[in-house]
Amino acid sequence: MDDTSLGIWGVPLAMLAGAIRVSTPFIFVSIGECLTERSGRINLGLEGTLVMGAMSAYGVALMSGSPWLGVLVAALVGLLLGALHAGICQLPRVNDIATGIGLMLFGTGLAFFLGKPFIQPKAPNLGAIDLGWWSSIPQVRQALQVNYLFVIGIVLAFALAWALKNTRWGLIVRLAGESVDAALAIGASVDRVRLIATSIGGAFAGVGGAFLSLYYPGSWNEGLSSGQGLMAVALVIFARWDPVRCLWASLLFGAAGAISPALQSVGVTQGYYLFSAAPYVLTLALMIATCSPERSLRGAPGELGAVK
Amino acid sequence: MTTALERIAVPLLALLASALLFGLLLAVYAQVDPLEAFALMYQGAFGSWFSWQNTLTRAAPLILTALCTALPARLGLVIIGNEGALVVGGVAAAAAGIAVSGAPPVVVQITMALAAMIVGGAWIALAGGLRQWRGVNETISSLLLTYIAIALMNHFVEGPLRDPSSLNKPSTFPIGDANMLGTITGTDVHWGLVFGIVACLAIYVFQRFTTWGFAMEVIGGNPKTARMMGLDVGRYVLLACAAGGAAAGLAGMVEVAAVHGKANASLAVGYGYSGILVSFLARHHPLAIVPVAILLGGIGASGGLLQRRLDLPDAAVVVLQGIIFVAILASETLYGRLWKPKAAA
Repeated sequence: MDDTSLGIWGVPLAMLAGAIRVSTPFIFVSIGECLTERSGRINLGLEGTLVMGAMSAYGVALMSGSPWLGVLVAALVGLLLGALHAGICQLPRVNDIATGIGLMLFGTGLAFFLGKPFIQPKAPNLGAIDLGWWSSIPQVRQALQVNYLFVIGIVLAFALAWALKNTRWGLIVRLAGESVDAALAIGASVDRVRLIATSIGGAFAGVGGAFLSLYYPGSWNEGLSSGQGLMAVALVIFARWDPVRCLWASLLFGAAGAISPALQSVGVTQGYYLFSAAPYVLTLALMIATCSPERSLRGAPGELGAVK
Repeated sequence: MTTALERIAVPLLALLASALLFGLLLAVYAQVDPLEAFALMYQGAFGSWFSWQNTLTRAAPLILTALCTALPARLGLVIIGNEGALVVGGVAAAAAGIAVSGAPPVVVQITMALAAMIVGGAWIALAGGLRQWRGVNETISSLLLTYIAIALMNHFVEGPLRDPSSLNKPSTFPIGDANMLGTITGTDVHWGLVFGIVACLAIYVFQRFTTWGFAMEVIGGNPKTARMMGLDVGRYVLLACAAGGAAAGLAGMVEVAAVHGKANASLAVGYGYSGILVSFLARHHPLAIVPVAILLGGIGASGGLLQRRLDLPDAAVVVLQGIIFVAILASETLYGRLWKPKAAA
């Protein structure tokens, strides 16, 4: 690939390509975490879920020959890990932050342990939709290779935002997150709502992992995830607990990750690593600007212990 | 009496449950005799002087990074930016070491340690300060600061501080063999272990026997009461965060000055995250941190032997660590409930 032929235009194009290609796991992980946090619980273990999802999807795709079966199994594995987190956290006096980190270690360890046999072989990949057929420039064509999961992720983000706002189920999730008393008053079981929300959040993260191993980079190895699962928490805060804003934030994070190599390819070699920190600096700046000692972050679920 | 018994019985139960689960995984999935595996693990972790040295070397960074969570936890703060403080500390140490590399080794080492502790301390103090004055949640901000720290490390290691001869793995210039910390006399264990144990002892004495330590306990118990007593809560928050960050920064310095000889991506290999869990398992008690870190270091050390003898993936020990963490954290819920049925009867 020769980005220099496009001159400086190669940079925004590479960012667009990066946003489309890299952001899918971010989208799934962040809307999953968003749902979990809206129900009043934080799950820091999604990194482990993501890696487990990637491993199981790859393993199943390899053995069955069907990548979509792999995606399904990844979602199931994520569901189970989410349920495990929720089940442990609802015991009295158990710290959800520490449990999340513990499960992150457990998930990644287990994935490397069980995934050892899958490092060499090549599993079938998920296909892509070619939206760049109209262009004769190879970079544009490559940038517009859109994976199905990317599209599903976008639809899911809007669907989740709609459901949270307009359905009875969404109302109960929000109640569990905002005020346990209010949720109890309408007869909802807070523990059960959080169990379901955390499990579904885990399933989303598992699918995000499946994208990593089955599409881009598209193989299974121990260095597959570059911390996308961990970043989910930052993303959700950046997006202020709104699924659609999670989507934009994921695209932004994906694009920001693509800046460094793109700038390098047009000859800018100074300071580009700092760009990869930009999303976090922005998130932190946003928190500093909108918090005050009197109240916590605007948009934060009231029962979310971790941001009180 | 029962509470003392509980403090031993509950973690033991959790460890037993973890061993059962892990044994089941080995027997069912890997077709390995679990008892043989556990015997090998004991051998690999504590069976010989050689394995003890391996274990202690692995425990050293965990002790120091655990303090980064344990100290602020005394005030009721949950800091999880240990990895970030370690990374900035390591880079600061390397930069300082290169800057004064002509000086006598002792001067170089002290400069490196000071630079690492100041930068690491400031890093976590920033999270504490934001909490105190802007109400920014310290858990999230310290996590964000970790990502920023890793990006900064990449910037310095690939840019201003890069040694052009480090091709495969971009690194800073080496600090020089003469300036390395070396090992404790007669062993292969580096001095980081001594730093960690001394730090834990010092912090225990500070918390237990000084007015400041008592003030911190009051703040952790009830910040409102502390304010009414006229305690300057903000100052203590900053102090605890800075001290914790300094400990993690020192861990970074030890990684540079005793292990790698330079700063590179090997700094961010997860000691910080393990440190968080060590602190939680030790219930943030400085003296409990040392044995917990040694136990986990031992499990890590035994991975090589499991791999060689039983052909298990090296990640097997990570799985066991994960199971133990989750089991012990979940067992917190048992306190005060183990003997309840009897009391009621």
